[in-house]
Amino acid sequence: MYKIAVMGDRDSIYGFAAVGLEPFPITDADAASAKLKELVEGNYAVVYITEALAAKLEKEINYYSERRLPAIILIPGISGNTGRGIQAVKRSVEQAVGSDIIFGNE
Amino acid sequence: MAQTQVNPTRMELTKQKNKLRTALRGHKLLKDKRDELMRQFLILVRENKALREKVEASIKDCNRNFVLARAGMNAESLNVALMAPKQEVYLEASQKNVMSVEVPQFSYKTRTSDSNDIYSYGLAFTSSDLDGAVKSIADILPDMLKLAECEKSCQLMASEIEKTRRRVNALEHVMIPQAQENIRYITMKLDEAERSSQARLMKVKDMMLEEAHKYSEKEDTLAEHHVEIEREEPAKTAE
Repeated sequence: MYKIAVMGDRDSIYGFAAVGLEPFPITDADAASAKLKELVEGNYAVVYITEALAAKLEKEINYYSERRLPAIILIPGISGNTGRGIQAVKRSVEQAVGSDIIFGNE
Repeated sequence: MAQTQVNPTRMELTKQKNKLRTALRGHKLLKDKRDELMRQFLILVRENKALREKVEASIKDCNRNFVLARAGMNAESLNVALMAPKQEVYLEASQKNVMSVEVPQFSYKTRTSDSNDIYSYGLAFTSSDLDGAVKSIADILPDMLKLAECEKSCQLMASEIEKTRRRVNALEHVMIPQAQENIRYITMKLDEAERSSQARLMKVKDMMLEEAHKYSEKEDTLAEHHVEIEREEPAKTAE
């Protein structure tokens, strides 16, 4: 049985607690990186991270993206959508195909 | 082409031929794998994009609802309301094999069987906006999980496609031409050796025949004989 974690600034994520996800309100990059490591090694299958926090943790997220679990998924925070999440999808298309053929017309 | 040193022997030739056969077969299989992975990846990534757009839009709505809810009540009571969540989500992660890529499949269970049992607070001291906000977040949860599954699969498949493509290219542009070049080199060397031994044998045969029949001596005497006849003939005419 796996659990689901949500990381990010408090205002963006506290709502998820209501539906049973585990919120970890963190904004500091170092603390977040330590926490992320803990979550990856712990019993979590999905870790949602706000885009704002993910911007500070790019290296760690790329590092863990090769692992089967957990899935680290970016979600927009309360400060708005920075387009980073869709950028990650775009990047995987580029990695696979060699050039961006899905988002090319946008 | 710069190549590694190979011994021009028949054994090496057989080895290189086997290598070429394996490489050709592997190349074909890997190419098929790459094409199929690519097809599935493109289907999945389109779904991923649609899901992400949907989820991002709904999260935006949720956040708006939560801001409204927070505006309607004080921070303390909001914290208290959400402090002890009633609901808990457990994920079951199974695996699906897509062209030898293990992609995760999530199915989730909630702690209480009633999926509407999400309000962890009494309704007396909270604003009704909070109810709406919590409901909206509960509604997008299935989509978020699907997004997680889809996006993780995309990431894993993308890296697998990259690896497979490298392998296909390495086989196509390095391994196969190298084996072909080696085979050509060995064949030419062997043919050359064959011709050279043929020539040597012919020469030896000549020498042995010479030994047995003394052709050259006979030819010499024959030639001398001719010369003598020619000499005698002018003498006769002079007389």
